[in-house]
Amino acid sequence: MLEIKCPYCGKRSQNEFSYGGDAKIKRPELGKEISDKEWDNFVYYRDNPKGKHSELWHHISGCRQWFKVSRDTASHEIFKTAKLDEDL
Amino acid sequence: MRNKYSIFSLIKNSFTYHENWQRAWKDPEPKSFYDVVIVGGGGHGLATAYYLAKEHNLINIAVVEKGWIGGGNTGRNTTIIRSNYLWDASAGLYDHALKIWENLSQELNYNVMFSQRGVMNLAHNQHDVRELKRRTHANRLNGIDCLWLDTKQVKEFCPIINCSPNIRYPVMGSTLQKRAGTARHDAVAWGYARAADSMGVDIIQNCEVKGIKRKGDSIEGLETTKGFIKTSKIGVAAAGHSSVIANMAGLKLPIESKPLQALVSEPIKPIIDTVVMSNAVHAYVSQSDKGELVIGAGTDAYISYTQKGTHEIVEGTLNAILELYPIFSRLRMLRQWGGVVDICPDASPIISKTSIKGLYFNCGWGTGGFKATPGSGHLFAHTIAKNEPHGLNAAFNINRFVSGDLVDEHGAAAVAH
Repeated sequence: MLEIKCPYCGKRSQNEFSYGGDAKIKRPELGKEISDKEWDNFVYYRDNPKGKHSELWHHISGCRQWFKVSRDTASHEIFKTAKLDEDL
Repeated sequence: MRNKYSIFSLIKNSFTYHENWQRAWKDPEPKSFYDVVIVGGGGHGLATAYYLAKEHNLINIAVVEKGWIGGGNTGRNTTIIRSNYLWDASAGLYDHALKIWENLSQELNYNVMFSQRGVMNLAHNQHDVRELKRRTHANRLNGIDCLWLDTKQVKEFCPIINCSPNIRYPVMGSTLQKRAGTARHDAVAWGYARAADSMGVDIIQNCEVKGIKRKGDSIEGLETTKGFIKTSKIGVAAAGHSSVIANMAGLKLPIESKPLQALVSEPIKPIIDTVVMSNAVHAYVSQSDKGELVIGAGTDAYISYTQKGTHEIVEGTLNAILELYPIFSRLRMLRQWGGVVDICPDASPIISKTSIKGLYFNCGWGTGGFKATPGSGHLFAHTIAKNEPHGLNAAFNINRFVSGDLVDEHGAAAVAH
């Protein structure tokens, strides 16, 4: 089980959190013409690296804030956590 | 040619204390060139090589496997085989596999211990009841056997299920596919390996793919830990590591890799002669021939390439198991493990050509690939040999995520994700 450092509350056990997926996904700009391929990319394609991954987590049973986590998907080491407006 | 396994070969070898059995497959070093290289020596990859050799007359084939054959998800699943999927495309795909399973032991001359003991899918609320009745009808329209059982019939068919109306998720009915069942997972890999090897396929173990060499839009070969292998066609059946291989070719797949867990109990006398699955409470159970209860749990929520899962998933599953089967409350669990599964957004697989000429992917089976092993290999071999999909896997192309023509099987895939 992971021990995740919430940027607001500090280190807590993983079962206080829920996973929010790839942190790099950006919704295409509203009103802009885009191709099916770009939309497909936004809807279905997620980073799936074996190694360093930046992802969103939600401190759902705590302060209920969303934040970013940089984690290794092979070793589960957590390198850094950051608030949404900060860089990882 | 391999010696045929039979009662006579068993008797003959018993005179020499079973010390002179022929090797089931060779252990060759890779040649410098192959017509087709299959990446991944699990059930799907070995079956693909077997059907390429058997039905498409290709002999110069290699299967490269980074560990030992059948050591990945083929050896890590709960061995459940069924074809009660909702949509026409999936029904065709999974029932194709089920029909091959029915004769597989004879075909491979290897006992895969296919046991058609039936698979139940329990309903625990009104929505489950409607959804599973819909699936029962859809299955029957597609010629797949499926029965609906009410609570009383569930109790008759599998008496150890707690059918009390007072539990948190009461049993309100169940589907039953009688042709469904289980098989011996290792035997599937070994049987296909032996049969493919006897037709000249090179099965190369401990050979990890390190890179894919491209020339423009086509394939030149593979960099492996055993050197460069030249080939013009690569079929990837690498399950949880599909994205890693795709990345080597500069391709991205709509897949996320997560660990799926399973566990077995200490062996006990026969107590459950069928397979019982429950999507709502997320637990499935059957009994192996050794007497262990084989219990399936869920996937972790987050991406992980570790072949283990978190404890809370096991805890949740065992809570569900204990409520449904109070009789198991004093059993001890012997082993627990995880396999890295490749999950597609629509919970259906990809058996497809790609934008790169000569590169084919068979992936995205997620939490339910074992049941499809023979069918998957058969259709993937066709796709690679003919450079076009078979009618049964045409819907499972990689472009469906652009066209929007998804095959949404989240309801029929037993593990929620």
